[in-house]
Amino acid sequence: MRQGWTAFNIVSVIIGFSFLYLPIVLLVIYSFNASQLVTVWAGFSTRWYVQLFNNQGLLDAAWVTLRVGVLSATVATLLGTFAAVALTRYTRFRGRVLFTGMVYAPLVMPEVITGLSLLLLFVAIDFDRGFWTVTLAHITFSMCFVAVIVQSKLLSFDRSLEEAAMDLGATPAKTFLSITLPVIWPAVAAGWLLAFTLSLDDLVVASFTTGPAATTLPMKIYSAVRLGVTPEINAVCTILIAIVTVGVLSATLVNKRREVRRARESQVAFG
Amino acid sequence: MAKPRKGLFRSITIGLPYVWLACLFLVPFLIVLKLSFSQIATAMPPYTPTFGDPATWWASIKQLTIDNYLWIANDSLYFNSYVTSVRIALISTVLTFLIGYPLAYGMAQAPQRWKPFLLMLVILPFWTSFLIRVYAWIGILKPEGLLNQFLISLGLIDQPLIITNTETAIFIGIVYSYLPFMVLPIFANLDRMDKRLLEAAADLGSTPLKSFWTITFPLSFRGVLAGCFLVFIPAVGEFVIPDLLGGSGTLMIGKTLWMEFFNNRDWPVSSAVAIILLLILVVPIVIFQRVQDREAAR
Repeated sequence: MRQGWTAFNIVSVIIGFSFLYLPIVLLVIYSFNASQLVTVWAGFSTRWYVQLFNNQGLLDAAWVTLRVGVLSATVATLLGTFAAVALTRYTRFRGRVLFTGMVYAPLVMPEVITGLSLLLLFVAIDFDRGFWTVTLAHITFSMCFVAVIVQSKLLSFDRSLEEAAMDLGATPAKTFLSITLPVIWPAVAAGWLLAFTLSLDDLVVASFTTGPAATTLPMKIYSAVRLGVTPEINAVCTILIAIVTVGVLSATLVNKRREVRRARESQVAFG
Repeated sequence: MAKPRKGLFRSITIGLPYVWLACLFLVPFLIVLKLSFSQIATAMPPYTPTFGDPATWWASIKQLTIDNYLWIANDSLYFNSYVTSVRIALISTVLTFLIGYPLAYGMAQAPQRWKPFLLMLVILPFWTSFLIRVYAWIGILKPEGLLNQFLISLGLIDQPLIITNTETAIFIGIVYSYLPFMVLPIFANLDRMDKRLLEAAADLGSTPLKSFWTITFPLSFRGVLAGCFLVFIPAVGEFVIPDLLGGSGTLMIGKTLWMEFFNNRDWPVSSAVAIILLLILVVPIVIFQRVQDREAAR
């Protein structure tokens, strides 16, 4: 195979990306369809979006989802960052093997099993199911994803800075807050974003662990999808896609600008 | 190495996530294990024994049975579900590789300034909801859907193709959803390959195709392996894709477990189904971990 940007390479990239993006693009286009039939185009309209804002059940579900997402992502980022520090900075403590296993196992655990096991726990301790149980469940699996992201950043971190701070008498907590955290901050932020989207997307674990009072948006979408494809679902999905895309793109841009600025600063500093 | 101070910070960073995972990951898992040896009961919670009163624990232990496992072993429904899941996951993994490799290869050959953008394009769908991406395919694949309209308008077919509620739809769904998992590790391996090896091979008279098979592909093999495991492992326990695209005809084990739990309300059998699913997944997970460790050691 020839090197470089040959016709074959360009075609395989185009085919690959069309496959990845065409379904999403079609879904977005058909959310602006005037017709009730999803697959018959009858002109441009935003009526389904207007209708969404009158659908109280859907708005309630969106509100639950948003609250669960923000709360679980925040706690998961805290716990996941701690776990990453424990894994990279403390090489010896009792039960480290078990700890490492518990951080990695949820990453490969099938969702149905995670959901089932947490539900059985909540039933066994007779904990009322609803908003809080979903939040606890989401924290548990997303903190492991945060831990992996932050861990990879901590591994590439120049530890001599931390050691210098400690030698100069800074406590471990102070060293972490003033030296380590500013450097690993992008990874922590990426971890939060990932935890938030995982929570926003989750159908299976939420279905197992929730109660009648708290229905999340994916659960609403799922039960609607089972009844058939409607333009209204297309509209909800389009809004969700837009939120995630804007969030990820702006996070990437901010990160990029930070990197450029750092590179320029270090150039100035070291001549 | 930091001084071995055993301060508050250390206790918190280790202790908090440790206790959290022990309570919300390890204990629930042990409950599933225990429940898989329990019996169904018409009570709340719907199983027995419950280990409520420590005084009767010994009597409770004696109530544990392996009946659920025997039940699963003797019912072809479960056996077929496991076999179907593994078969569908295997075929999907191969298909994902066949689409993912050329894409990763093309990306690795792209001009350097394009690469961050192309990488972003692969990662972006990964952030978008799984459910939404599967839903998008229903509108395309169903009998009166966009694909059939398109093919009929071209005059290629007269009758709509039946794709939804077949295994084909599941394959499409899995390949589509997990494609980024395949592309990213392969791209990472191809991108850091030393291109001078290929120039040297060409100078020595190797054809491009031969260079590919003797140099490029072996060097990207670790990426291929990682990609295949990243697709295969979650695909086996998949629920959303077989449920929405596969219809009632195809039983994958994630869906069987879901139905056993929500429709039949048989919690002990669901737990046993979960334990067996984990036993099936342990082998690929351990191999994958070995491959990753060796990768990290390089």
